[in-house]
Amino acid sequence: VAELTYRDAVTRAIAQEMARDDTVVFIGEDVAAAGGVFKATPGLLETFGSRRVVDTPISEQAIIGAVMGAAMTGLRPIAEIMFSDFFGVCWDMIANQIAKARYMTAGQVALPLVIRTGNGAGLRFGAQHSQSVENWAMAIPGVKVVAPSTAEDVIGLFAAAVRDPDPVLFFEHKALYPVKYEVPDGEIVDALGTAKVLRRGGDATILALAAMVPRALAAADALESTGIEATVVDVRSLVPLDTQTILGEAAATGRVFTVEENPRLLGWGAEVVSIIAEECFWDLDGPIVRITTPHIPLPAADALEDLAIPSAELIAETIQKALR
Amino acid sequence: MQQDRTLPAEESSPATLPPIPGVDPASIHHPTGTIDESIRLALYRMQVRMRLFEKRAYDLFLQGLVKGTSHLSLGMEAIAAGFGVAMNADDWTFATYRGHAHTLARGSDMAATLGELLGRANGLLKGKGGSMHLTDAARGMLGSYAIVGAHLPIALGAAWSSQYRESGQVAVCFFGDGATNIGAFHEALNLAAVWKAPVVYVCENNQYMEYTPIAAVTAVERPAAGRAQAYGLAPIVIDGNDVEAVYLTALEVLGRARRGEGPSLVEALTYRHGGHSRADPGTYRPQPELETWLQRDPIPAQRALLLGDGVDAATLDAIDAEAAAEVESATEAARAAPPPGRDELLADMWADGGARWRN
Repeated sequence: VAELTYRDAVTRAIAQEMARDDTVVFIGEDVAAAGGVFKATPGLLETFGSRRVVDTPISEQAIIGAVMGAAMTGLRPIAEIMFSDFFGVCWDMIANQIAKARYMTAGQVALPLVIRTGNGAGLRFGAQHSQSVENWAMAIPGVKVVAPSTAEDVIGLFAAAVRDPDPVLFFEHKALYPVKYEVPDGEIVDALGTAKVLRRGGDATILALAAMVPRALAAADALESTGIEATVVDVRSLVPLDTQTILGEAAATGRVFTVEENPRLLGWGAEVVSIIAEECFWDLDGPIVRITTPHIPLPAADALEDLAIPSAELIAETIQKALR
Repeated sequence: MQQDRTLPAEESSPATLPPIPGVDPASIHHPTGTIDESIRLALYRMQVRMRLFEKRAYDLFLQGLVKGTSHLSLGMEAIAAGFGVAMNADDWTFATYRGHAHTLARGSDMAATLGELLGRANGLLKGKGGSMHLTDAARGMLGSYAIVGAHLPIALGAAWSSQYRESGQVAVCFFGDGATNIGAFHEALNLAAVWKAPVVYVCENNQYMEYTPIAAVTAVERPAAGRAQAYGLAPIVIDGNDVEAVYLTALEVLGRARRGEGPSLVEALTYRHGGHSRADPGTYRPQPELETWLQRDPIPAQRALLLGDGVDAATLDAIDAEAAAEVESATEAARAAPPPGRDELLADMWADGGARWRN
């Protein structure tokens, strides 16, 4: 067991997979010599060399196009898009090209690739460097979508993503990079499409993702003193979606709350809630409640950003009110 | 659409192509070299197959059997044929939505190619891609891309993979003049040059960006070659209707790529005999311009050249007849093929063969 930050876990995850398989290559802006703008990839260049760890120009279409072409022809490439907001300049490559290639060609083309990106708010970067866009990705048939909340999950889910035969978008949460976790030694490999139940309580089920997971856990702790026992589920993977776990935990308490960093309209919870409403409506004891960021571009000022993103206090308060 | 111009009046065609209108002949690259007769005949055969295939595709469209849209390359066959014959079997093609000829150039089955246009189960893509997405990965045809310019970075990625694995394969990426004004073109060219990637970019400059003359919307005279210098590349402009010049140029640039000398950017001047797509009669083009280019039809031009060099008319006629018979039998096979089954709808989104997004 080692103490590891979430950002160190990213480095360890990439190194684990590159050491195992020499078809794994890694490209992106500032990822090699500089070790990443979030210092999530230091030392990889030194360990694996400049053929496998490659700095690119600021050319997101070229980066994503290149990993697509490389994946079609026998490599298992990893691309970094520095901020997930920058998906905006390469969605064509992701949504029109990568996501559709296998289906459109009736299975002729395989795309075992991973696009990892810094997602989410908390760094006071303002509206163009703070978004949570995993819900955009979730809306595109043909890509898998993962968002880990702990260092161990970073390693395990990243390994699963690299080994997966299909394209995976891997959303790392920027605000979690400096957070320390205990991580087991040795190789860690997890499974995509699996949610994790982090604690169980009989009164409410909280579904959360990425940086909202520690806040949901803090809220559950706070609720305990008011006599409310909450289950917390880390959804982890939006595509594939672990509906078995989600529906089971929803039915077990009958009261469901989602905690989403996405803006309100069509955040990932909207789809999850609709599945719950359709498939376990009669197990519910009250309305499902979504706790989200307001439907606004994110403000930069710390005072405003803190107001925008669901806090542990807001989560606890909302649940308490709903269960009253 | 000039559908009556299949294999026109070859005996009256001059043995050399008339000059390209409005272009300084000195700016055109004339590759040197001799070509074996068997290869010259292969170039001819390939062009004729492309021509007759697309003419048939158009007829089937008029009969309501080809659905959706499709984009014909009638008049532009020399580029696909010249490169197709010059490429190694394990090289890769990346084409645009105007990709029928490039698919046939890699040896794809004509019935499966036509079946795809008809939305049939025998289609190359089981009817799931259609005319604009023809792909035949087993033959190195790595796709037809319908978002203008998108495949330039993707071809770069294949070239990067070849470079990394030291496989000697070259990625050849065909695109229209219109693609030279989109960002992906510039991102790909820059990074290809930085990486010295074994990729050949071939601009099929047919003078029109869909309905608009490319010159009206482009800051430089030559949309591709005029940008080459910005990426440290030599500007190479060729007569894209001279199939033997295309072939010899292809050998040059493929060789460069294979020797590790980096990417090339070739601008091949050509012209569509028809409009942009099925919806477009192409009436925005001045009649004299169209007439001039019809005089530069690559197929009768090569035929005249071959006859002039002593090839029997009977040999060429036999090639024409064989191609016509192949088109007939492909048509029969495609028309007889059933539509894709219901099980195809949810097949092959993922590597496990399915499309499940939940458990």
